[in-house]
Amino acid sequence: MAEQTAPPQSTGGPGTSGAGTGKPDAAVVRDALGVGIAVGLSGFAFGVTSAGSGLTLLQTCALSLLVFTGASQFALVGALAAGGNPYTAAAGAFFLGIRNAFYGLRLSQLLALPRALRPFAAQWVIDETTAVTLPQPTRRAARIGFTVTGLTLYTLWNLTTLVGALGAEALGDTDAWGLDAASPAVFLALLAPMLKSTTERVTAGLAVLLVLGLLPMLPAGVPVLVSALAAPVVLVLKGRRGSGTDRTLTEGTTHTKDSR
Amino acid sequence: MNIWIAIGLTAVGCYLAKLLGLLVPAGVLERPLVQRLAALLPVALLAALTAQQTFGDGRHLALDARAAGLAAAALALVLRAPFLVVVGSAVVVTAVVRALL
Repeated sequence: MAEQTAPPQSTGGPGTSGAGTGKPDAAVVRDALGVGIAVGLSGFAFGVTSAGSGLTLLQTCALSLLVFTGASQFALVGALAAGGNPYTAAAGAFFLGIRNAFYGLRLSQLLALPRALRPFAAQWVIDETTAVTLPQPTRRAARIGFTVTGLTLYTLWNLTTLVGALGAEALGDTDAWGLDAASPAVFLALLAPMLKSTTERVTAGLAVLLVLGLLPMLPAGVPVLVSALAAPVVLVLKGRRGSGTDRTLTEGTTHTKDSR
Repeated sequence: MNIWIAIGLTAVGCYLAKLLGLLVPAGVLERPLVQRLAALLPVALLAALTAQQTFGDGRHLALDARAAGLAAAALALVLRAPFLVVVGSAVVVTAVVRALL
């Protein structure tokens, strides 16, 4: 849904910045509103894309209300529009959503939410809330950042989805307006900040080759799922080749390699 | 009906993924290999989805106005444009190129 959605590298635990000083609440709210509003508005692109893909108004709004993680939503409507069956379409969307579990893990330590509150907070555990919350210096700032970003984004994302879906009906042929390019542009914008090192770039390149090579051969939706294999394949190749240049190898394997 | 099945599965699956992270004790998902795979999986999926939705046309490959739109989005990203500008430039350039061709 946004730029700068790659999982932030620093755990941003209390004390990593401005230790002890605390950050003014207003500054946290400003950060949170900035991200929430900018990204929330892009729900319009989702609404238009979803309606243009043939989903009804109710289905489009249900996705934003219930799924509320942009990449998965775009992936699902794209797969359905391409004629994929509901199970492969949902699988692709689900695989994209797995990363939120890892965000939750980080947020959980930082926010220290009461157990009863967690099922409600969970729906807001996404790229943007994580990006705003993790760098906050204190628990108070983290909680404000998470809540304000989550609330702003959830409200705007759902409103603009509705407006976009209604607008698509008024626009008629959405392709004539170039709106079929919105979805891949969103994916590219999400991908770009993740391409930090050779590993990510090689994975992305391999995934592109796989999906384009398999597209004519496999049923709709399946090529994208197969291309996810690029991730484990690259990790395995890296593990094999690993030497001095490869500092991200697990410590354990580096050790056994040395003794060989 | 099929669409509702897909929406239901996606909603439940994505919600459970979000909740899992908040509920499981740290350490379970903290293994380095699991973390690295989790970070790399979205890279592969997003790259594949970008390529498929830019060059795919049903089960055929096609080079059309969308490619020009994506090139514009890529340029906007290199210039560090805001998210909405990136998506907007892809839409506008695709529409213009399609109108001209």
